Amino acid sequence: MPIAAMKRGVHPPDKKETALTPIRYFFPKNGAEMVYPMVQHIGAPCLPLVKIGDYVEVGQKIGDCDAMMSSPVHATVSGEVKDIREVITPTGRRCQAVVMENDGKYRDSTYCNVSIDYTQLSRNEILKHIRESGIVGMGGAGFPTHVKLNPPADKKIDTVIVNAAECEPYLTNDHRVMLEEPKRIMQGIDIILHLFPDARAIIAVEDNKRDAYELLSKMIESPRVSVMLMRTCYPQGAEKQIIQTCLNREVPSGGFPMDVGCIVQNVDTVIALHRAFHRGRPLMRKIMTIAGDAVNNPGNYKVRFGMSYRDIIEAIGGLKCEPYKIIIGGPMMGVSHYTFDIPVIKTSSAFLLFTEKESKVPPERACFRCGKCIEHCPVGLMPMELNKFAIAEHTDRFIEYHGLDCIECSCCSYICPAKRHLTQSITTTRRELLAKR
Amino acid sequence: MTQPKYTVTTTPHIRSSNSIERTMYFVIISLTPAVVSGVVFFGLRALLMMVISIASAVFFEAAYQKLTGKAITVKDGSAVITGLLLALVLPSGLPLWMPVIGAFAAIVLVKQLFGGLGHNFLNPALAGRAILMAAYALPMTTAFIAPRGADAVAQATPLMRLYDGDFVPELNDFIAAFLGNISGSVGETSALALLVGGIFLLVMKVITWHIPVAFIGSVLVMGVIFGGVANGLALYHVLTGGLILGAFFMATDYPTSPVTAMGKIVFGIGCGVITMVIRLFGGFPEGVAYAILLMNLTVPLIDRYIRPQVLGRRRKRVEK
Repeated sequence: MPIAAMKRGVHPPDKKETALTPIRYFFPKNGAEMVYPMVQHIGAPCLPLVKIGDYVEVGQKIGDCDAMMSSPVHATVSGEVKDIREVITPTGRRCQAVVMENDGKYRDSTYCNVSIDYTQLSRNEILKHIRESGIVGMGGAGFPTHVKLNPPADKKIDTVIVNAAECEPYLTNDHRVMLEEPKRIMQGIDIILHLFPDARAIIAVEDNKRDAYELLSKMIESPRVSVMLMRTCYPQGAEKQIIQTCLNREVPSGGFPMDVGCIVQNVDTVIALHRAFHRGRPLMRKIMTIAGDAVNNPGNYKVRFGMSYRDIIEAIGGLKCEPYKIIIGGPMMGVSHYTFDIPVIKTSSAFLLFTEKESKVPPERACFRCGKCIEHCPVGLMPMELNKFAIAEHTDRFIEYHGLDCIECSCCSYICPAKRHLTQSITTTRRELLAKR
Repeated sequence: MTQPKYTVTTTPHIRSSNSIERTMYFVIISLTPAVVSGVVFFGLRALLMMVISIASAVFFEAAYQKLTGKAITVKDGSAVITGLLLALVLPSGLPLWMPVIGAFAAIVLVKQLFGGLGHNFLNPALAGRAILMAAYALPMTTAFIAPRGADAVAQATPLMRLYDGDFVPELNDFIAAFLGNISGSVGETSALALLVGGIFLLVMKVITWHIPVAFIGSVLVMGVIFGGVANGLALYHVLTGGLILGAFFMATDYPTSPVTAMGKIVFGIGCGVITMVIRLFGGFPEGVAYAILLMNLTVPLIDRYIRPQVLGRRRKRVEK
């Protein structure tokens, strides 16, 4: 069978050495400050459900709101609420947060650890439990899963794509999960397929993870599930791109996957669904690739939300040298930060600590119109032109050239031989224009 | 304790190893077979012409940038390429001081005055050649020497002989044209050497196939339409003159060619058609240089109207 391949895109060096070691686990320090921002998803911010001085147990809901488009926040340790204050989240946003002190007892709330037979529940009860478990898309965007799994009645879903592309360099957390918890992935997929009786599921894996592909292929029990191998290419894991690769369908500009009969779920989200039903655990942890030349023990770690990145680095054995850049997320789309004192939230994926050698950007030079950015843009834009319009503030031309369709994947800046800050200028202008709308 | 300072930037946090220099050096490497063929067929005089042309191009670039207080960028290799390409398209028997004039025109008038690398709208080497053609028409049209001659014996190029109409190429003419054993400009005669370099550029992804294939393909088609298939005249048109050099190394020049795949095809076809119109119906036996220069002028227009297909916008807005 020929391997499916995406159009355009780039293929940076993989740097996925962390795929070789099993996922490791550590508990937050006793007495550590745990910070739970009330915005860990796309949608309405949660409001704290606890007050300063309350005693909170593991898995207890500490933040929620009435809006449909929102997702509650749970405590991941037991202990006392110390403070409710404004913090900066890994996405760079400011919001309210519940601050707890870990008492090290990990006393589970009564809500936790009750397994639920979803086949006995109605559709609405299943969706309600997903919402109560605080599950959001683990690929990075944090779209509430109960909303995604509840498309309007007129949108007929025929395919669920389980996104295991993991196209960003350095990242191997999805790869390790597939190798270590394939059974749970299958059980999680069954839950989604139960919600969509007419749909089939495709687990989409890139061909730099052939071992995972082979393992999952062996594990398949249902005729409705299949595994698909895709040629490694960035940004194939982006929602619209993976639909194009797997199904050759084009999501209309401004539309959603459901417009072409699809739902895309990250493989770690599927595991979160498994945990919510089979083990009765709300979303409390994240498998995180920690890598980069500045860190002592790169690898994949199970990290509880609320821990600060400073504590994580201490827990895994510290730094080899002072990093030049700290990045939350992958090297292509992650956010660089100026401090370690930020909490892990649901949408934090990787944590990269780069030395100067790894991430120094050469000086920007004049465009010599090689057209590489156009050749590689997965959306089919003309980044060099958009860059000109952005600099000259020709917003009408920027819109005419579909600059608002940019997915901010950074392929253009990556490939540019003149090292122009294409993504930066386009993203800035795009976000300014979107904010004005 | 002072907080260590971490660099904060937008994405991406890694960059490819591709650079302007890498691109330029690949182009220089790809031209070495043509340089060798020039020396083999036209002797050390050809080599001297190339050295003079490159040296003056680099000198003018550095001098201009020094005088205007700009950063000196000769290390990026683009002036070397301009100088080399200029020498390759000049008649093999041209007086040795003429390339200096051509290099001045190419570097200062065409490239630097418009803002340097990436801002010129004409191919500098070809524009330099065109200026020499206007200024020194006689040597530029007659200083072609026979290949592999001990003395510089003047000999008409195959296209001139075709133009004069008393020449029907035979099999050994085809072989000579393929290998380069014909009269012509310094680096344009050997189709073989140029194809080796052109394929190298394609393999290294410096250029794409669109312009060369469209350019050469349309010359072939025009040749067949106006010359028929039986005599192989269309193929002879491809092998002779500056076509292969132009299609792979001149028309593909980044700043002066369209940026989209479709635009490149349109540009290539335009180059091919104009080349053949000049060769078959125009006042000159050879038209590659003027074809490319004319099409250079259409590039802003092509890029304005031919844009890539944007994902999710395939259907035109029908509803609403």
